[in-house]
Amino acid sequence: MEGNLKQSHHIGAKTYLLVWAALMVLTGVTVGVTFLDLRNFAIVAAMIVASIKALLVLLYFMHIRYEKKVFPFMILATLGMFWLFLILTFMEVFTR
Amino acid sequence: MNIEQHTEEHYDPVSNSMGMWLFLFTEVMLFGVMFILYAMYLHTYGIDFRHGSGQLNLVMGGLNTVVLITSSLTMALAIWALSLGQRSKSFLFLGATIALAGGFLVVKSFEWAAKFHHGIYPGSAELLSRSPGEMVFFSLYFVMTGLHAFHVIIGMILITVNAGFLAKGKMSPERMDLMKNTGLYWHLVDLIWIFLFPLFYLIV
Repeated sequence: MEGNLKQSHHIGAKTYLLVWAALMVLTGVTVGVTFLDLRNFAIVAAMIVASIKALLVLLYFMHIRYEKKVFPFMILATLGMFWLFLILTFMEVFTR
Repeated sequence: MNIEQHTEEHYDPVSNSMGMWLFLFTEVMLFGVMFILYAMYLHTYGIDFRHGSGQLNLVMGGLNTVVLITSSLTMALAIWALSLGQRSKSFLFLGATIALAGGFLVVKSFEWAAKFHHGIYPGSAELLSRSPGEMVFFSLYFVMTGLHAFHVIIGMILITVNAGFLAKGKMSPERMDLMKNTGLYWHLVDLIWIFLFPLFYLIV
């Protein structure tokens, strides 16, 4: 209970502003990369940048870095489920 | 600190936040299935998808990305301000978040209106005359950004409710789970857009 109250004070406005600035820079990067003509790698590059942005939002805006361990575990389990669905779907697509 | 009063009522902030996360996981799966559909059709109709993506307005999409990420910042700052007991500051940040969310919807509606103007909407004669890949691309575009915009509207309502509770003095730094959970919801809406933006606007 007390620990939880302390946690909410863990992140200051400065951290949020830094995360926001990083997200802005990464948005610029992902738009800039499209002008490089990477062909098939373009989508991979876009997804890598989007995943980094998502990680920043999860860790700082959504406080996962400061939560109990069970929260990141639950998120990983959900993402694992998503990847399982994705892989199973593509196994069907590729062997059609 | 009036901890006794809280334990009496079985107040449990960790469970409150976990319940919200469980709901967010169902949202991840809801959008996740659509992302899988998108990936499958991108694999099938790669060239048509690139052609469709080239017709979307990159400037408007980029602007909306900036607007939504900034609204995530103001939402986080609203929670931060209230946790320090600064109610009026928190109220202002909530107001800014609602304004930015409204801005996002305005830009989005201009984009959709421009597409409708060119005869591009699900089932339109213009779209039916195009390649199957482009039809699928624009169908996914309207369904996914439409469902996302619907989430933005729900988020705006939730944030307004929070602002109302805050103005009535019904929210305190000790009891602010409603605002924290609203924040989680709002950040998820932002997260989904972070993936929607490159998939629809940047695959040229």
